[in-house]
Amino acid sequence: MPLVLASFACGLVFGAGLLISGMTEPDKVLGFLDIFGAWDATLAFVMAGAVAVSSVGFALAQRRAAPLFASGYLWPTRRDIDAPLVTGAVLFGVGWGLVGICPGPALVNLAGLSLPIVVFVGAMVIGMLGYEFSPARGGTSVAAVESPAVASRTDG
Amino acid sequence: MHDLTPLHGLLGGALIGLAAAALMLFTGRLAGVSGILGGLLTSRSTDRAWRIAFVAGLVAAPILAALAGAPLPRPAIATNLALVAAAGLLVGFGSRMGNGCTSGHGVCGFARGSARSIVATVVFMGAAVLTVAIVRHGFGG
Repeated sequence: MPLVLASFACGLVFGAGLLISGMTEPDKVLGFLDIFGAWDATLAFVMAGAVAVSSVGFALAQRRAAPLFASGYLWPTRRDIDAPLVTGAVLFGVGWGLVGICPGPALVNLAGLSLPIVVFVGAMVIGMLGYEFSPARGGTSVAAVESPAVASRTDG
Repeated sequence: MHDLTPLHGLLGGALIGLAAAALMLFTGRLAGVSGILGGLLTSRSTDRAWRIAFVAGLVAAPILAALAGAPLPRPAIATNLALVAAAGLLVGFGSRMGNGCTSGHGVCGFARGSARSIVATVVFMGAAVLTVAIVRHGFGG
């Protein structure tokens, strides 16, 4: 139970951060990506702030034997740069560039229940499921996804 | 038209980083939104509750802000629903295939100094910049 409550609190703070940073506004995100237009560098400040604070927290975590409410850390373990990583990033980038929304802001924006956001989140979930059951994944079964060894290999 | 808001950016970013740090320190999990949501869709296991809780926290943030008087987010997003759906499909499929999105690769991956995440972030930023250039300015299109 503490694990679930902590997770909820982290989601709440993460969402607040997205709202305050302006990154839930597609215009701000597209303004950053539009380097040939009226460029808005705000997203770079968001990344800098987020990486600065989380890297300190991660360094702290690496010095502790275990997290407070779980038996161990599920750090990603993969180091190889493979084709799915790059292809997936390209597909993700194109989708992100089309409307200026990525998964975090999509979920925060869901609270407003505007039709385009509901459509976006629905399509995103279908896309995620589509990958899980696609030949691109090599027909991996749900059981394999559940194994901790595989789960801990996910980067994000 | 687009105003740079560096202080809000830094403050919001710091909160995002704080949440990612806290999730690791408290639960040992990485704050990658596409990974958390994707795992929720596929895992049948006991690994589900914390994922639901994190997603609920994300959705609850603007609701709590609304209770304090802020408007609920109704962002100015593209109104062409076919385009929005296509973008959603690409974001969902691509983030799972590439094992992460802006939070997992862009924030947590950079903070861990992961070469995989740095490559992924450079690639998706590049693809997004090119997409916006083509859509808005018609370059190479």
